[in-house]
Amino acid sequence: MIDSTKILQDFPLLQQAGPDGKRICYLDSGATSQKPQSVIDAVTNYYEQFNANVHRGIYPISERATKETESTRNKIRDFIHAAASSEIIFTRNATEAINLVARSWGEANLKAGDTVLLSEMEHHSNLVPWYMLAEKIGIKVEFIPVTDEFLLDMDAYHQLLKSRAPKLVSVTGMSNVLGTVPPIKEMVREAHAAGALFLMDGAQSVPHMSVDVQDLDVDFLAFSAHKMLGPTGLGFLYGKKALLNAMPPFLGGGDMIGKVHLGSFTCAELPNKFEAGTPSIAEEVSFGAAIDYLRLLGMDAVYEHERQLTAYAIEKLREIPGLKIFGPLEGARGSAVSFTLDYVHPHDVADILGSRGVCVRAGHHCAMPLHERFRVPATTRASLYIYNNEEDITRLCEALLYVYKLFG
Amino acid sequence: MDDMYRELIIEHYKNPSYRGELDPCDHSYEDENPSCGDELRIMLNVDENNIITDARFEGHGCAISQASADLLLEDVIGKSVDEVKNMTKEDVLDLLGLETLGPARIKCAMLSLKCLKAGLYGVEGHAWEDII
Repeated sequence: MIDSTKILQDFPLLQQAGPDGKRICYLDSGATSQKPQSVIDAVTNYYEQFNANVHRGIYPISERATKETESTRNKIRDFIHAAASSEIIFTRNATEAINLVARSWGEANLKAGDTVLLSEMEHHSNLVPWYMLAEKIGIKVEFIPVTDEFLLDMDAYHQLLKSRAPKLVSVTGMSNVLGTVPPIKEMVREAHAAGALFLMDGAQSVPHMSVDVQDLDVDFLAFSAHKMLGPTGLGFLYGKKALLNAMPPFLGGGDMIGKVHLGSFTCAELPNKFEAGTPSIAEEVSFGAAIDYLRLLGMDAVYEHERQLTAYAIEKLREIPGLKIFGPLEGARGSAVSFTLDYVHPHDVADILGSRGVCVRAGHHCAMPLHERFRVPATTRASLYIYNNEEDITRLCEALLYVYKLFG
Repeated sequence: MDDMYRELIIEHYKNPSYRGELDPCDHSYEDENPSCGDELRIMLNVDENNIITDARFEGHGCAISQASADLLLEDVIGKSVDEVKNMTKEDVLDLLGLETLGPARIKCAMLSLKCLKAGLYGVEGHAWEDII
């Protein structure tokens, strides 16, 4: 069981007073999470103690930098239950990880007329790379519909697998707007049976639940450090080794080569083959501390804490006049809760809440097609994490009642 | 700032005086803030002396964008086109009763003057900073 009050003490930013003098009530972890002191200290420690470039420096501080970044890679391997560290590629963010698959695997394996199957609830980062590939080489993009109950339409999925025979299915593990958690394991099995590979966009799911890539049998998984207590500027691509080995490199430059001659080059082995240029060393080192923090809590406990708090938030939010939640009210769902108030625009809501120290997000949350699907220009989103508690929900609801008093 | 949502803005958002159609009209221009979803269309009638004789707006969006449109139209009716062309960001903030706005909301406040000026100049596709 998670003691969120104790956890709060580990997050310096959350000790700050907001504009109203009370501690900041941070409900925007779906956009980026706050960082514990141990992660912040690890960044500083790297720059103060062993700042040196990795890989080819043959002196102690460089060797230490290499060792610690590779130690993070091993921790990630264990965290997502990958078979090998070489299956973990460091990228700039989850977006870059998906672009890597689209450009490298996509351009090598797809041709005009081939289908990539996405869903209506994808983040722009799992839409636009495929649209770009459609423009470049003429692939087709199809979408699994979202039902009026905010779930993926599984009947339609089965139909689309049959009728379109997609080469790849690429779906989020948790909608960043609806909180919907699709049955990924079942979807992967069915995709494979239909001859398709499966990419899971784990940007929202990996920070919040236990993810086992071998059990799920996903072929690719993209996620990012900054939504799970880690620093910005660092993301990850997991890929099955045989697939990654067969893929051409993505970005070219230092570190990703075996040999370079005038006019030719050979690729490095995995994972360096996909890691051109000086990496985000401070970020990689400090992300190790983020994983340590989450593993100490246990991801099942993290999920359970958020499940209970989300249920409480939904119950309390439904008492606000004119409030409509966009997402499942129960069942398998994550901790992103999006809503509209029928008398006020989400930007006004977020602005007024912000002035009362309550940080929420307003807009389309990089999921414009989903908002078009439900015919709303924007929603307000509260998203929870390990450091949130019932007091945060109370403050959210009090602020929303104030908005109702002003506008309702 | 809670201050931002003073009575004036909320009143003009809830009960605008100049929301509606102007048909026929001499000038009409619409614009949006794609990041927010604010949409606005301003219609104007201008007489032979270049005086704005009537104005209306249609649209939807946040309180700042819609109240700013209502307050701006109230202000410009009876003014000459040249006077409107010289209006600034500060004039709109004055109308709203605000000293300043953050980077996320200034676009909402400036949408109406941007729309109005673009309608009069007949230009489009620029950031509000370029037009105002």
